[in-house]
Amino acid sequence: EEEKVGEEKPEVLSPEELEKLKEEVDERKKLISTLRGKPWPMRKKLLTLRESHEFVEKYEGALGKGKSRKLYAYKVMMLKALMGRPYGSMPRKTVPRADEANAMDFAVLWDFGVITNCLFGYAQYSVLFYGYYNSQRAIGWLKFRMPLSYFLVGVGTVAYSYMVVIRTMARNANEDGGGDNNSFNFSWKMFTSWDYLIGNPETADNKFASITTSFKEAILEEQESRKDDNIHLTRFLRVLANFLVLCCLAGSGYLIYFVVRRSQKFALEGLESHSWWERNEVNMVMSLLGMFCPMLFDVISALENYHPRIALQWQLGRIFALFLGNLYTFIIALMDEINLKREEEEVLKLNMTIWEASLYNGTLGVNSTAPPITVHPADIPRGPCWETMVGQEFVRLIVSDTMTTYITLLIGDFLRAVLVRFLNYCWCWDLEAGFPSYSEFDVSGNVLGLIFNQGMIWMGAFYAPCLPALNVLRLHVSMYLQCWAVMCCNVPQERVFKASGSNNFYMAMLLVILFLSTLPAIYTIVTIPPSFDCGPFSGKSRMFDVIQETLESDFPAWFGKVFSYASNPGLVLPFLLLMVLAIYYLQSTSKSYKQANLELKKKLQTVSRTINKVLTLIQHLLYSLCGTCTDIVCSPESKKKGGEHRAHQGKSNHQIPPSATSPPAPRGHRIPGPLPGNQWQPAPSVQRVPNSQRH
Amino acid sequence: MFPDLLLSVCPRLHGRFHELAPHLVPLDYTNQPDIRLPLALIVSMPELKENPFRNRIVEVFSEDGQGNLSFNDFVDMFSALCETAPRELKTIYAFKIYDFNVDNFLCKEDLEKTLNRLTKGELTPEEVNLVCSKAMEEADLDGDSKLSFSDFENMISKAPDFLR
Repeated sequence: EEEKVGEEKPEVLSPEELEKLKEEVDERKKLISTLRGKPWPMRKKLLTLRESHEFVEKYEGALGKGKSRKLYAYKVMMLKALMGRPYGSMPRKTVPRADEANAMDFAVLWDFGVITNCLFGYAQYSVLFYGYYNSQRAIGWLKFRMPLSYFLVGVGTVAYSYMVVIRTMARNANEDGGGDNNSFNFSWKMFTSWDYLIGNPETADNKFASITTSFKEAILEEQESRKDDNIHLTRFLRVLANFLVLCCLAGSGYLIYFVVRRSQKFALEGLESHSWWERNEVNMVMSLLGMFCPMLFDVISALENYHPRIALQWQLGRIFALFLGNLYTFIIALMDEINLKREEEEVLKLNMTIWEASLYNGTLGVNSTAPPITVHPADIPRGPCWETMVGQEFVRLIVSDTMTTYITLLIGDFLRAVLVRFLNYCWCWDLEAGFPSYSEFDVSGNVLGLIFNQGMIWMGAFYAPCLPALNVLRLHVSMYLQCWAVMCCNVPQERVFKASGSNNFYMAMLLVILFLSTLPAIYTIVTIPPSFDCGPFSGKSRMFDVIQETLESDFPAWFGKVFSYASNPGLVLPFLLLMVLAIYYLQSTSKSYKQANLELKKKLQTVSRTINKVLTLIQHLLYSLCGTCTDIVCSPESKKKGGEHRAHQGKSNHQIPPSATSPPAPRGHRIPGPLPGNQWQPAPSVQRVPNSQRH
Repeated sequence: MFPDLLLSVCPRLHGRFHELAPHLVPLDYTNQPDIRLPLALIVSMPELKENPFRNRIVEVFSEDGQGNLSFNDFVDMFSALCETAPRELKTIYAFKIYDFNVDNFLCKEDLEKTLNRLTKGELTPEEVNLVCSKAMEEADLDGDSKLSFSDFENMISKAPDFLR
């Protein structure tokens, strides 16, 4: 039975005290039930509700009959023992006094949106963010190593993500390479694309459309491969286009940097004195750039005259560079803010020692001990927790990104569709065919959006642990919303190409984003010391010290020695070199295998053609031989018997015995082609014997 | 032949056959009646209604080549279309289905007709021509500018859908 200092023990009370307590509890319960009707401001109501609820929970069990009292006491102790103190009993989990006033302020709630500014209210101190977590090394009787688990979970999710992405890429590559993909492209499209199980008219329509699209894509690709151009003009135009794109990217990077600096200036002056636009400038600018720059890139790419698939890949690559540039500028700005917060922290630490001294009213010397003075947790001054600030910024970014997407969807797609549909009746030109028309569903753009969203989650997950959960919610909502929007307001894309046959292009992008998103988090973990009073690593000089600590205290001594030998740079560097060499070796062998594979395929084709020609020749010979033979020697009846006899050769599962009533095939009609031994008779007969001829 | 045997083995299929023309199809085959249902009735079945090749399918399985199916032919047709039918059987019937002019070869006109049915006439004549020439070029191994069954079989057996 572990109990912490200051906890109340369930103790025996006198009957009068019991009675009074019971009255108090009843009153609180009544208050809770009538709270809704009271004319109080929201803040007060919520505060009262919480306090009353806690009171009732705490004491109702104690007042109950004997066994439920024991049960309650046991339950409370269990909870406290396993999971640490509940909300409100520790400084870092309590809302500071100054913020209490603001936390539930309605204006704060509605400023950017209810969701966003909850971040700066109660949610800031909730499990959503880094700052909630306690730095106590082992919690409860299970000795749950919280800081270690926090660290390992963070590292583990990144490692797992890498594994999954690379495994998917390898699988895609396998599917691509194995199999005769390109040799019968058009034939397969023609003969194997229809699904014979379709019975629904709508499905049939969709299938027709998709078959047509697939044919158009193949036709376009074939036509492209037949073109030839003036090389020098093309090269010049391509260089020019790339130069323009670089200018665009540099411009957008500078714009974001400028805006971020301005917002830092605003923050120093205090956020209240600025308009809504000025407060949310950074996010707005980033979203607007994300909307208009891709269109610009599209226009510029008309200069380049690439194969549509290559052009699409370039376009996606440029949009990728744009977003990456924006994100990194954002991160640099964030770094500045982190440094600011750390300076604040230093100042605060200084002030705290002064404040603590003032608590004792200067009655005690520096080195003497004193009975601890109970201070309400909300009154202890709190350090500016830079990690929580980082988490908040990411959540804010993602929320604003989501909002922008939804608003663009509603305005750009839905409103546009409504206008086009209803204004068409009274407009001079055909709105549906001409200028605005319905918006296209851009597959590649949407996939890219998903990839970037994921990148942002990876970046922020270490500092806002509940971010992935929020993202799952957001993805569900997005899916339904976009599903509806596609069916209701979109038309299929005119440009028919996929960026890559096997989606490996997108997976490669995802891999790059994974790498680039985890870099900032890793950098902050390794370089910046954690805050002194918030988070699971508070008080340590570096976050990864938790590993060292665990090795020292939880593992036997020899383990620590082994680990220190293994992490010696003299061992690690040669190992890295070895891995690089192994990669080089595997890469070159795989290239040579691919070459060999291609050559074998070509050989196989020529050989099979030769064999076919020879077989056809033999068939012709035998047929003419047989024909002359049967003409001279055999009568009509034995001809039929001979034919049936030959037909029974070869394996089959469907041998239906010949019937005397069905007429024999007309033999007089000489059709050049397969032997009469097969059932290739122009008039259908009962025998359905499969062809045993194989190549 | 042996429709009464078939009837006892697949009564449900006979039920479907019967409901296409209840007044024509007998429920007992002891007298070996020769009842054939016309093409128009068969292609109205929900399984075939949406298929662009429904007419050809029924014609292939009919004895007279005009699409009039007896119950035997009906059973033949659905057993070939069934998922558990062997690949080789399906290849044979596929070749017959796509052979519009019934000359045991897939010539260019057959390919064009196939393509037009698949795309519902959405492609321009030049595109149709291009696709058919390319398909012919890919699959024609003996160089007679038409696809014999062996060419067709060679091409189909390597198709990824078939291999799975």
